[in-house]
Amino acid sequence: MTRPYVRPVDFRHGRVDMTHGGGGRAMAQLVDELFLRAFDNDWLRQGNDGARVDVPAGRLVMSTDSHVVSPLFFPGGDIGCLSVHGTINDVAMCGATPLYLAAGFVLEEGFPLADLRRIVESMAAAAKDAQVPVVTGDTKVVEQGKGDGVFITTTGVGIVPSGIDVSGDRARPGDVVILSGTIGDHGVAIMSLRENLGFETAIASDTAALHGLVAAMLAAAPGIRCLRDPTRGGLATTLNELARQSGCGIALAESHIPVRPEVAAACEFLGLDPLYVANEGKLVTICPPEDADRLLATMRSHPLGHDAAIVGEAIVDPHHFVQMDTSFGGRRVVDWLTGEQLPRIC
Amino acid sequence: MKYIDEFRDGALARRLAAAIAAEALPSRRYHLMEFCGGHTHAISRYGLADLLPPNVRMIHGPGCPVCVLPIGRIDNAIELAARPGLILCTYADTMRVPASGGLSLMKAKALGRDIRMVYSSADALRLAREHPDRDVVFFAIGFETTTPPTAVAIRQADAEGLANFSVFCNHVVTPAAISNILESKDVRELGTVALDGFIGPAHVSTVIGSEPYEYFAEEYARPVVIAGFEPLDVMQAILMLVRQLNEGRAEVENEFTRAVTREGNAKAKAIVADVFELRKTFEWRGLGEVPYSALRIKERYRRFDAEARYGIVYQSVADNKACECGAILRGVKRPVDCRLFGTACTPENPMGSCMVSSEGACAAHYTYGRFKDAAIVGERPQEPANA
Repeated sequence: MTRPYVRPVDFRHGRVDMTHGGGGRAMAQLVDELFLRAFDNDWLRQGNDGARVDVPAGRLVMSTDSHVVSPLFFPGGDIGCLSVHGTINDVAMCGATPLYLAAGFVLEEGFPLADLRRIVESMAAAAKDAQVPVVTGDTKVVEQGKGDGVFITTTGVGIVPSGIDVSGDRARPGDVVILSGTIGDHGVAIMSLRENLGFETAIASDTAALHGLVAAMLAAAPGIRCLRDPTRGGLATTLNELARQSGCGIALAESHIPVRPEVAAACEFLGLDPLYVANEGKLVTICPPEDADRLLATMRSHPLGHDAAIVGEAIVDPHHFVQMDTSFGGRRVVDWLTGEQLPRIC
Repeated sequence: MKYIDEFRDGALARRLAAAIAAEALPSRRYHLMEFCGGHTHAISRYGLADLLPPNVRMIHGPGCPVCVLPIGRIDNAIELAARPGLILCTYADTMRVPASGGLSLMKAKALGRDIRMVYSSADALRLAREHPDRDVVFFAIGFETTTPPTAVAIRQADAEGLANFSVFCNHVVTPAAISNILESKDVRELGTVALDGFIGPAHVSTVIGSEPYEYFAEEYARPVVIAGFEPLDVMQAILMLVRQLNEGRAEVENEFTRAVTREGNAKAKAIVADVFELRKTFEWRGLGEVPYSALRIKERYRRFDAEARYGIVYQSVADNKACECGAILRGVKRPVDCRLFGTACTPENPMGSCMVSSEGACAAHYTYGRFKDAAIVGERPQEPANA
């Protein structure tokens, strides 16, 4: 196909300007030379306003997530791959196999095109690795000072296999709570970069697409009741959501919750509780007790569930408290997050 | 985590708990006040009350910096932030303290005021350097722990000639507050607050040392044990207090020897003395006007004093009538004795200051301990076992 553009987009020195969102030739060129080239699939190449896709029979899951993380690039990832992983995970936590993604970009005038290309290529690589294509998208530009570089909204759809019924309201007293790995990695990685904190760590974000792990888990234990990824608000908030939705309490054992020593140290230093720090590549599942050992073994044999651990149990509690036996020997409530522990974490 | 985990050892805690239970005489009660919010937080977060016998009761003291800040002072800060071009910086906990008219610094920020959270006074100085065309005011709060960094910032601004930087000083001092509690009617006359001994401040004492507490031990015949903020520190201090009370002693003992000396930090004290002097009186939430209980900036550094620069006029504002923060800060009532607790007043919508900071008695109890108030607490299953 011959390109109708005289000069290629200057990805080395160029910056986003208002014409890139104006619907004219500059926008078309950016779409062609950046988005289309990176995401490269038949649906996008058709050039329609939306993607017409084939969907297998079953229950469709749809989920959307906006990403405003600051800074845009961080150890272990960037806003691009994060926006792909985040939505794939939300679809997967409904028990579905993610099939397609849509992506909306809000770009700020003046944003370096080199950074935009890096982000889009990271998104494309993440989508390719996950085998979930970005089939439609949109780009808008706002004036300088009205955005913060780039915001990305992704929407995903997927299909729930027959026989699977995963929902946050299905936990029952006696069910077992399993966590897929260490908590707090993403939040601490982001914090380590924030300009006014000024400490350096070797901790990388755990951002990852979890649908492969979920597929293995559902194959091993189709009776899984709940799945959720503890992102903003951390494990504590996720468990409170599940307890409230299911109308039960949850009892945790602090000593069984895996936390990397460097994450624990950083949290100690900052006065944070790892239970409330965001994750982007972890999940928590609740399953009937008879499935627990099998599920745990399956999770531990998967690269993204290597550190999985049974961390607690659903209990009868009309107040829907999440309680925790502390490593110290006392017991306390693990409450909802109050306020905002760290803004713009994802 | 080295140097941390050693002080959170559950097995050692159980041994200490057994010692406390064995030594506390069943015939008497032990009412111990932990002055500091840091101790309050540790007690709640680690569930220490579960490890104590029923006749050893912890009473939460007023040592939570944002809790004791009166509404009028927050109002002053919000008025300052409304000045065109002014940047107000403060520690995060201060942001959510309720002020007059349903406002808080957080809400004022949402209304467009330039209010920034900082981790240290050095961050506020940096902002002043980065914005030479704008006034930058550091809303300084806290006990003796946060006072030296504020003093250093003022001296640094003086050395650099940072004319756009100033400090709205609300620093308070610990000994005056302890005296106020011991002198209060509740303790001396009415006997509504039984106070048998104190767990003395951790970080405050690293600065002022253990010497200032000797007066209380002697004059009021109450034992004081200075303790670190880790849970084992607190348990050890409780055991030491129980022993002193059993033996009829009222001395200052130092559990936190790894950080606190009798003299404290001489350099920090000298810097503070260079920059600050005592105010004649200062209003504390809960305690009211307390003589010589707070600091102001000395004449020599007046150009960095936001109160002088902007002509701040303090006006006392009464707390919500139903709010029991005052009585809770004096140890007269417990959080659950307040009818707003957990109903109208929650961490999301605090009515009183004790519900704001994680060091506040109400917030700590709401966040970590309120399941104990619930009529039915769920059946406890077996300890989960990892495969």
